[in-house]
Amino acid sequence: MSEALLSVRNLTTEFLLPDGKVARALEDVSFDVLPGQTVGLVGESGCGKTTTLMSVMRLLPASGRITSGRALFQGRDLLQFSEPQMRAVRWKEMAIVFQGAMNALNPVMKVGDQIREAIELHNLMDREAAEKRVGELLEMVGIQRARRDQYPHQYSGGMRQRAMIAMALACSPDLLFADEPTTALDVMIQAQVLQLLKEIQKELGLAIVMVTHDLGVVAEVCDSVVVMYGGKVAEYGTADAIYNNPQHPYTRRLLASFPDLNRPGDTLASIPGTPPRLTDLPTGCRFHPRCDVKVEACETVSPPMLETEPGHYAACHLCQGREARFS
Amino acid sequence: MTAPMLEVRNLYKYFPIRQSLTDLLRRKPADYVKAVDGVSFTLERGEVLAVVGESGCGKTTIARTLIGLEEQTDGEILFHNETVGAHERRARAGLVPLESGGVGTREQQVLPRMSMKRLRQQAQMIFQDPYESLNPRATILEIVAEPLVVHGLARGREERIARVKTALEEAGLRPAEDYFLRYPHELSGGQRQRVVIASAMVLQPELLIADEPVSMLDVSIRAEILNLLRDLRQKRGVSIVFITHDLSTVAYFADRLAVMYLGRIVETGPAREVLANPQHPYTRALISVIPVPNPRQRRERVILQGETPNPIDLPTGCRFHPRCPIATAECGKIDPPWHAVSPTHQAACLRIEQGTP
Ligand SMILES: Nc1ncnc2c1ncn2[C@@H]1O[C@H](COP(=O)(O)OP(=O)(O)OP(=O)(O)O)[C@@H](O)[C@H]1O
Ligand SMILES: Nc1ncnc2c1ncn2[C@@H]1O[C@H](COP(=O)(O)OP(=O)(O)OP(=O)(O)O)[C@@H](O)[C@H]1O
Ligand code: SF4
Ligand code: SF4
Ligand SMILES: [Mg+2]
Ligand SMILES: [Mg+2]
Repeated sequence: MSEALLSVRNLTTEFLLPDGKVARALEDVSFDVLPGQTVGLVGESGCGKTTTLMSVMRLLPASGRITSGRALFQGRDLLQFSEPQMRAVRWKEMAIVFQGAMNALNPVMKVGDQIREAIELHNLMDREAAEKRVGELLEMVGIQRARRDQYPHQYSGGMRQRAMIAMALACSPDLLFADEPTTALDVMIQAQVLQLLKEIQKELGLAIVMVTHDLGVVAEVCDSVVVMYGGKVAEYGTADAIYNNPQHPYTRRLLASFPDLNRPGDTLASIPGTPPRLTDLPTGCRFHPRCDVKVEACETVSPPMLETEPGHYAACHLCQGREARFS
Repeated sequence: MTAPMLEVRNLYKYFPIRQSLTDLLRRKPADYVKAVDGVSFTLERGEVLAVVGESGCGKTTIARTLIGLEEQTDGEILFHNETVGAHERRARAGLVPLESGGVGTREQQVLPRMSMKRLRQQAQMIFQDPYESLNPRATILEIVAEPLVVHGLARGREERIARVKTALEEAGLRPAEDYFLRYPHELSGGQRQRVVIASAMVLQPELLIADEPVSMLDVSIRAEILNLLRDLRQKRGVSIVFITHDLSTVAYFADRLAVMYLGRIVETGPAREVLANPQHPYTRALISVIPVPNPRQRRERVILQGETPNPIDLPTGCRFHPRCPIATAECGKIDPPWHAVSPTHQAACLRIEQGTP
């Protein structure tokens, strides 16, 4: 009964490490992206956010392997696609702004030429039409056409990030993955980029999956939120449910560690300890070594994903609900 | 009345822009990047001052000038009422900013001097990036001991190790011995930033200048580091200049707040008071874009378009007027003077006087 644009189901991805060990970076990840909606993927560094996007885009490095799961995009399972089939979809129907991409622009090539190259690579457009599109795209992201002939170093960080967004939008995709698009940007520029994404979304009816570790950014723009911990989904629900009725202890701790201007007197609650190493995952609940409310079962039994209220899921022994069944 | 621990009076830092040969031959007057353009503030012992503003407004330049990594173009930095060596040298060279926007010479008043070495012991800086500010080939013990070695401060290996141990444990790395022989890449981001803090604290400075100490870190680690800085201030009475573009962390532990725009402070006062009752339109815009971690509280945001302009050709009048949402014709002509909002809270905006912002 899924009207979702993208349905990720039980996605499990592993990396083969140089020493022969296997690192399970994702396990059983499931979530939906509805048309025109924004989904936030949040969690600490290393929890598998980028790996999720790369798995769905089928852009994992050679050492990465998707061992099970589905990624239904408009009903078709991307994980079964051959590379030529994938090429017909990638960039044209789903595109990505890579993490740290704004520093990856070619420094000796004019920004406009780089965008044109991206268009020509995926579209059968002649030079003139492509050039026209470059102008449109720059304008869409709020960069004057006149600056197409400048080099990346003549752009500020915010403008470079806009240029990367323009490049991802070159072929008018339906789904945009944005991996930490505002990290490392100034607050005001961050607000500008988020505003831009929202405007583009409205204009083009785009769905966005936004990866970030900034809970404030997620609260500003996301309709639903996937909280990840150690490669698994800890909690998943609407933004309102996640922020105002969080069920998983990790989500609660994460929220408490975020500074809130409305509660300036509070001490910030940090989460002691560090996220688990993938080659040495804790037994039971992956969060148990850092969880301050754990019970005995947590150390041995992996908590199942429960539906705590319609559309709100959490994987914790303390939660009540029926076992989640994703269609 | 005793002098404040740190006093900055009318600080200017102009960077000359390299001229082309033809410009030189035509004797075109040199241009300057006016990174810091007349900044004054004081800091008491144990006080935390947050300096906030957009990228390029001059925050790092102030920090570098304070610890003597840059020489100021003009103005005084007094540490316990003594000026600092490097700054004195520059004053003798006699370059000061002129009304016209260039530089000229002026007599400098003579103040007692403090040597650079003493300053470096008493004022330490923590940089933004915990990944770049640690030598990857040195062990944690070597890294934290280095300032002691440079300053010839610890007599003998034993005392050195004891002081490193204290500093690491104060920075929350316990037991310190577990970290001595590790390398930076074997630590998490938060642990690395703790090492950076330990190596700043090992000299037991009175002043810490923290330049965006948490912006590269995960939220959960951010909280840890902010709490650590707050503890150091409470237990050690260390004063902190906390530089950031993110106002949301300020309320947690800054006593006072200075909002900067294009090389100037435009509003200053007790942190809570400024956040609760901001007067300058720039401060208001900065506060309005702070992400609030609750989707029910999405607010009207004042998103300023463009970026902080390049401080070479400063706008006339109020330097904020080209981006100010409430600018009037007057704003392009008059450089706004300070307006006292309360005895401790000031803002430089023409429209406060008129009671309308
Ligand atoms: N090519 C790879 N080989 C081995 N392990 C990898 C590889 N890429 C990622 N990993 C591991 O997989 C886990 C998830 O990494 P991922 O990049 O998805 O995290 P992330 O949530 O995006 O983190 P960040 O916020 O730091 O970007 C990490 O533990 C990482 O070390
Ligand atoms: N060595 C230098 N030579 C020339 N210009 C400089 C130099 N250092 C800084 N500037 C300029 O001075 C201005 C202030 O820079 P500064 O690094 O102090 O800003 P900031 O407020 O710390 O910004 P950010 O938030 O990006 O770190 C900028 O326009 C910068 O380009
Ligand atoms: S399952 Fe147990 S350890 Fe895991 S989050 Fe819930 S209470 Fe904590
Ligand atoms: S003086 Fe004028 S331009 Fe400057 S901040 Fe006030 S209203 Fe805006
Ligand atoms: Mg990532
Ligand atoms: Mg800086």
